[in-house]
Amino acid sequence: MKAFTDLHLKTYLSILIMVLFGPMGNVLLGKGMKRIGAVAIRTPAELIHTLMLVFSSSVIWLGIASLITFFITYMLVLSWADYSYVQPASSIAYGVVALLGHFWLKEVITPTRWLGVLVICLGVFIVSGTPPRTTEPV
Amino acid sequence: MGREIILLFLVVCAGTAGELCVSRAMKTVGEVRNFHPAALLSVMLRCIRLKWMWLGLALMATAFFSLLWVLSLANVSLVVPVTALSYAAGTVGGKIFLRERVSPERWAGILLVSLGVILVLVGRS
Repeated sequence: MKAFTDLHLKTYLSILIMVLFGPMGNVLLGKGMKRIGAVAIRTPAELIHTLMLVFSSSVIWLGIASLITFFITYMLVLSWADYSYVQPASSIAYGVVALLGHFWLKEVITPTRWLGVLVICLGVFIVSGTPPRTTEPV
Repeated sequence: MGREIILLFLVVCAGTAGELCVSRAMKTVGEVRNFHPAALLSVMLRCIRLKWMWLGLALMATAFFSLLWVLSLANVSLVVPVTALSYAAGTVGGKIFLRERVSPERWAGILLVSLGVILVLVGRS
């Protein structure tokens, strides 16, 4: 019984890390890119300049680190939990991104857009609840 | 808005095409059962010899840089929800290129995702 509870706790914690770090990674990338300003690339020199700005931004590296944390946790959780259990849970991430964008980046989100995000979460939940393998292994 | 749409299209399509290429490459490699570091290294060595893997990685890099670019122009609360369209692109691509079977539930989910993306796009502040 204790092992069963431990496994559940471990799974819930991992899913919590996933739905926090995935969206946080995207939000940090957004914050970093907004700080750089609207990118316009017309010449190779501008391209190199932009790349240097991108890769010298600590916020962007923090975003990349967040996304790597998300990805590693995702891989780890899949080693003991079912894909069809983990995947639907990740649909919450779209809602978390909107919440972080609204409260952290102070983005204005209209009611129609909130409704859109909710419908997307529902759609992703249904899509990812379907079986992961429908073909025979090669 | 035109440039944002092109970049979002690249994020979704190049990202999905990249994943399909990597998926195709990994199916050639076969199911990974042994997670010993030496075995994983041998899987990686087999992977880097596959053209599909390189094509996949190049497409995924294109998608990542397009994502960064579009994030400099548009809000995160617009960009990330729109990227959910990759579920639709992935299913259509999986059906056409990898001949996967798609259940009615999955099509229903994809319809909802697409509807949600339309609402996000029309619900501009």
